[in-house]
Amino acid sequence: MAGDVQRRVPLHLKGENMKSNKKRLGTSDKMIIFGGYVLLGIFAVLIFIPLAYVVIASFMDPTVLNNQGISFQLKDWTLDAYGRVLKNNMIWRGFLNSFFYSTAFTVISVFITLLAAYPMSKKELVGRKFFNTIFLITMFFGGGLIPTFILINQLHMVNTIWAILIPGSFNVWNMILARTYYQSIPGELREASQLDGASEVEHFFRIMMPVCKPIIAVLVLWTFVGMWNSYFDALIYLNDANLQPLQLVLRSILVQNTPQPGMIADIQSTAEMAKVAELLKYATILVSSLPLLIMYPFFQKYFDQGVMVGSVKG
Amino acid sequence: MKGILGSEWVGFSYFQRFLSSPDFMNYLMNTLKLSAYGLLWGFPVPILLALLLNQVKSTGIKKNIQLLIYAPNFISVIVLCGMVRMFLSPVGPLNKLLGITTNWMTMPQSFRTIYIASGIWQTAGWSSIMYTAALANSSKELEEAATVDGANILQQIWYVQLPAIKNIIVIQFILQAGNIMSIGFEKAYALQTDMNLPASEILSTYVYRIGLLNGDYGYSTAVGLFNSIVNVILLVAVNWIVAKLNDGEGI
Repeated sequence: MAGDVQRRVPLHLKGENMKSNKKRLGTSDKMIIFGGYVLLGIFAVLIFIPLAYVVIASFMDPTVLNNQGISFQLKDWTLDAYGRVLKNNMIWRGFLNSFFYSTAFTVISVFITLLAAYPMSKKELVGRKFFNTIFLITMFFGGGLIPTFILINQLHMVNTIWAILIPGSFNVWNMILARTYYQSIPGELREASQLDGASEVEHFFRIMMPVCKPIIAVLVLWTFVGMWNSYFDALIYLNDANLQPLQLVLRSILVQNTPQPGMIADIQSTAEMAKVAELLKYATILVSSLPLLIMYPFFQKYFDQGVMVGSVKG
Repeated sequence: MKGILGSEWVGFSYFQRFLSSPDFMNYLMNTLKLSAYGLLWGFPVPILLALLLNQVKSTGIKKNIQLLIYAPNFISVIVLCGMVRMFLSPVGPLNKLLGITTNWMTMPQSFRTIYIASGIWQTAGWSSIMYTAALANSSKELEEAATVDGANILQQIWYVQLPAIKNIIVIQFILQAGNIMSIGFEKAYALQTDMNLPASEILSTYVYRIGLLNGDYGYSTAVGLFNSIVNVILLVAVNWIVAKLNDGEGI
């Protein structure tokens, strides 16, 4: 390596000399860094293109989209698809249902999970090992789809909102994360609140809740996004079209290829209908995915935190 | 519905029927191949991404790239599969680009590639967070000392950065290997077409089809139970390995 001797500068000078230091990189290093940037660039572009394509295609004239794909000429652009998608009742109903399911499920799930995690974080809890084993078993072993379905059916929860909100609400993995967090909080806090006469319940709600805000935020976000994007429970438990979450409405449009009747009822020819139906898919994707994609950068730091919390134990 | 006590005892007949049927090997292999190939192809990408991101010195550029590559993680399975179906349809953009009209979604031989590639597209960025965070927390002094001693970039990566994330890599790999049988229902089902079933029917979708759609509860439960048991065996084995590597502490 050339310039070896000059590089041996004291460490505290290194930071200030970053720029000059960079210039001294060897040719092979420069090439490696360049290659790395290219690779990273290629990956970013590969991520970007499908997303951009969906956005642009959703504004295309159906015939142009069908014949040549996307075009950048302004005359080929139209807002027609959005008009049809936004006028569709099923999409709106799906949005409302999904919002309700996700919010209610998040409240129930995080609350139950915290209620279990707090006592499980206490060494002196009687039967702690026993409960831990029981919880862990459910994490790795279940009765399977059919027995679960029969159970929910016999509880008369099929085709009600409860089939979505109750069965999966206790999340063992989240419980473990919350428990680990509770354990990381110094015991002196409890001693102090005890001196002030707070009961365990008061301590849990009034002291621990605010102290554990970071982990609660993580659990809330994960649970909400997970519920919003899932469709399996709704697929097996809900037949009533009025109860269906957004993802099931999307499934019939995007996967089963059956556009909502109201969307294209005014079109006469079958060929034209097929083209518009294809166009509608792009607009539907954008309308349905935009809320989360816009929101997520604002919550990014909580997601990052969550990954770190998860990796502590994982 | 007669319940456990009111029903006739059938012994292992459903298991026998399942284990002796030619479908069994087929679906088991589909399940294993899908997740094993997925692990093989998908696992290194986030590590590579994290190492590449770590070389980007400008915080602004780094933040923007991260914002972009994390985004697909927030797209739902249904929307992802919808996009895949549209992009690969006979009149879709991929065929237009290649100037052909292949119907990719009906080809069993292309199912796994589609499944795995779309999975990498969606989750590689997000999965890299853990490695990126570990790299950011790794000792900067060590890196600087290596630079002072004249280590080139590759040597720094090999001797300083990779050892810093080695533990996370090992644990992640073992965890994912343990979940090989529990590959999800949602995505495989949403990418299935009647034509690609020979490759796309995995145990979880089979249980759903036989049990809930065809109403063969007993048989389907046996298949599901078999899946769970294999899963548990895998996880116990994995936990044992983690405990060995992790100074006696399991998951």
